[in-house]
Amino acid sequence: MSAHGKGHGGVGAYFGVFLTLMVLTLLTVWAAYQHLGIWNTPVALGIATTKAVLVALIFMHLKDSPKLTSIVVGSSLLFLAFLIFVTASDYLTRKWIPIYFR
Amino acid sequence: MASVTHAVPHDGAPPELRHHFPDLGKQREASSLGMWIFLVTEVLFFGGMFTAYAIYRETHRRAFEGASNLLDLRLGTINTIVLIVSSLTMALAVWASGRGRKNATVLFLILTMLLGATFLGIKYVEYKQKFDRHEVPGPHFVVPHDEETHQPLPRQSEMFFSLYFCMTGLHALHMIIGLGLVSWLVMRARRGEFSERYNTPVDMVGLYWHFVDIIWIYLFPLLYLLGRHTI
Repeated sequence: MSAHGKGHGGVGAYFGVFLTLMVLTLLTVWAAYQHLGIWNTPVALGIATTKAVLVALIFMHLKDSPKLTSIVVGSSLLFLAFLIFVTASDYLTRKWIPIYFR
Repeated sequence: MASVTHAVPHDGAPPELRHHFPDLGKQREASSLGMWIFLVTEVLFFGGMFTAYAIYRETHRRAFEGASNLLDLRLGTINTIVLIVSSLTMALAVWASGRGRKNATVLFLILTMLLGATFLGIKYVEYKQKFDRHEVPGPHFVVPHDEETHQPLPRQSEMFFSLYFCMTGLHALHMIIGLGLVSWLVMRARRGEFSERYNTPVDMVGLYWHFVDIIWIYLFPLLYLLGRHTI
């Protein structure tokens, strides 16, 4: 029980994640100026999600937390997906029925 | 014998142990789960704004991209780096506190606070710039011109700035609360309250601090970057 870091890779892992986050930050700024067509947004969000997962797994010790914690985190992502999907399914399909805009 | 005032059922229990937990490990797990459940509600709190941003960016793409390009990318990138360093120092503070290294804990916590304050200072400079240029939504808003074409942006650029101020403002509020929490930790750490046995407060504030960092990790590309390829 008790304190963190025992057998977690500890400080070395923290610096590894830190350097990766720095590189990914510069990478996402560089990528934003590239002409990737429809892929600019997915690339930016993909890099952001990679960074967020690293922070959650290592800095927030999710990797070494009980499974219940992961289920709680997963539930938040599930409901966030509902929120975005259901809202988008209204707004982004309105033009499919042109009569609303006449 | 343990003191009577605590009315603790198990004698000789560590002073940090609340009487309704069988041991410190279970107490820590309960705290951690509670903190994560709070953070889940925060995901949905910010999620409403992210959803609004996604919808309006899709429906008013040109206004949002043009207005996004008016943000100061240099300051935004510096702030992203400042927050990442602060997350590192916070992680190190949690690590040091769990080893009873009092001086290192205090040092890393103070570094975290300095970096958090730097972030807010840079945010202030950015906000001031927006006020000076009349890019703040409201009666004094002046529709800005596209940086490249010098044509006025669509009227909905004001919506971009509304969302920009709401999202970064709510994030900054979380940073201010975080600074308060970390300063409380500094006081407790200086009193030597954290040890190998018990550092739950540092651990929990650490979770909060990293979560606020994650919010910024998404805000940065969404607000500052998504129009740059059109330049």
